[in-house]
Amino acid sequence: MENYLSLFETYDVPAAFWVNIQLSFWAAIWALAIGTVLALFRISPIPSLQWFGAAYVNIFRNTPLTIILAFGFLGLFSVMQISLADELDVSLFRIAIVGLALYHAAFACEAIRSGVNTVPLGQAEAARAIGLSFLPAARLIILPQAFRGAIAPLGNVLIALIKNSTVAAAGSVATEASGLMKTMIEFRSDLVIPIFLTFALGFVILVIPIGLLTTWASRKLAVAR
Amino acid sequence: MTSEQRRAPSASTGSPLVSLKRVNKHFGDLHVLRDIDLEVARGEVVVVIGPSGSGKSTLCRAINRLETIDDGEITIDGKVLPAEGKALAKLRADVGMVFQSFNLFAHKSILENVTLGPVKVKGMKGSEAKELAMSLLKRVGVDNQAQKLPAQLSGGQQQRVAIARALAMQPKVMLFDEPTSALDPEMINEVLDAMVSLAKEGMTMIVVTHEMGFARRAADRVIFMADGQIVEQATPEEFFTNPQSERARDFLGKILSH
Repeated sequence: MENYLSLFETYDVPAAFWVNIQLSFWAAIWALAIGTVLALFRISPIPSLQWFGAAYVNIFRNTPLTIILAFGFLGLFSVMQISLADELDVSLFRIAIVGLALYHAAFACEAIRSGVNTVPLGQAEAARAIGLSFLPAARLIILPQAFRGAIAPLGNVLIALIKNSTVAAAGSVATEASGLMKTMIEFRSDLVIPIFLTFALGFVILVIPIGLLTTWASRKLAVAR
Repeated sequence: MTSEQRRAPSASTGSPLVSLKRVNKHFGDLHVLRDIDLEVARGEVVVVIGPSGSGKSTLCRAINRLETIDDGEITIDGKVLPAEGKALAKLRADVGMVFQSFNLFAHKSILENVTLGPVKVKGMKGSEAKELAMSLLKRVGVDNQAQKLPAQLSGGQQQRVAIARALAMQPKVMLFDEPTSALDPEMINEVLDAMVSLAKEGMTMIVVTHEMGFARRAADRVIFMADGQIVEQATPEEFFTNPQSERARDFLGKILSH
């Protein structure tokens, strides 16, 4: 036991989780924003935008996240010398956020689109009938109801995103949880199992409240029809 | 036909408010609108009846382009219905629509349902829109429900709110697509009463309905449709007492015999 506790003196586990929380937070905001725009494209009356939305979703949804993040580090950063900050670790951190956001935007888009499907067609027709064009109708009538119908699937995307933030290690963000775990296992191979369990438990603690919260919110905010 | 006689070359008060010329529409192989010619004069109340599948709802929805048409021309107040974009939205603001399934905005209060159009489409001030909305809600008798959500109201109340919402845009013409078909029987009259008083005030109305009582009380003209065509049109009195076509006699025989 003392052996185990000594781990926390040598390694800052909460700080590593904090990196994942930050990665997830920013990636979630960007994924939601990009996903919303993509969903708008997919339900828009303009065929080229519909096509773009569908193409984006199919490409990013079907590409392994590891490849996207490795491309961000090796392709964008190393080869193309694209840097998002002066300091190396900040730049890598931001590139990881971009990769996570681009990937999860595809899933957020589909979650929002499933929310749009909960809104009866008559709502859009009524909006058009009073003279709202596509964007105002989407902003005022369709999306507010769609988001309320998409809380649960969006929660699932967020849960996946938090766990997937560990893949940032593939983008050389060495400070995040799974990176630290690897380091710890390397130096303390006597405690492999407890180390695994520690990190697994950490993610469970992070993720469970989100599941509970979104289930509660999706009931609370459901649109009465 | 009276509207022919009233026709004038310019878009003055004498010209038809709504005009359809040789309008055709297909749903796949089904020819739902066949060479529809129709003119509706200012202040006229036209009731469209016919068996289900006759194209009457499609006709109604084509007038504000919720359904596209394959060919022909629809004009409203002398202006050809635009295909899409801002111009179409602008024109739709002049055409009120009441749906069979009410379609009130489910996440907005009754009051917000009515003020949304004037504020967001016409740029009316919030306070002004609220005043207008409350007077319209009062007119249809649901002003005491203003703060509730649509799902908290009965069907009849919801449909009266839908009428108020359409009126708030101060439309030139009102379209009613089977406004009482989704209502429980005891709620039909409250909606029809609101429609009759609207007709009496001189609103131009195109009403797709099965309510023969309403046609008799409020319509200037009855249009009978079958198989995508206008088979017959006449005053309600003429149509109900002396239908000319076999299809109309057959239809009336089926619905009036009970």
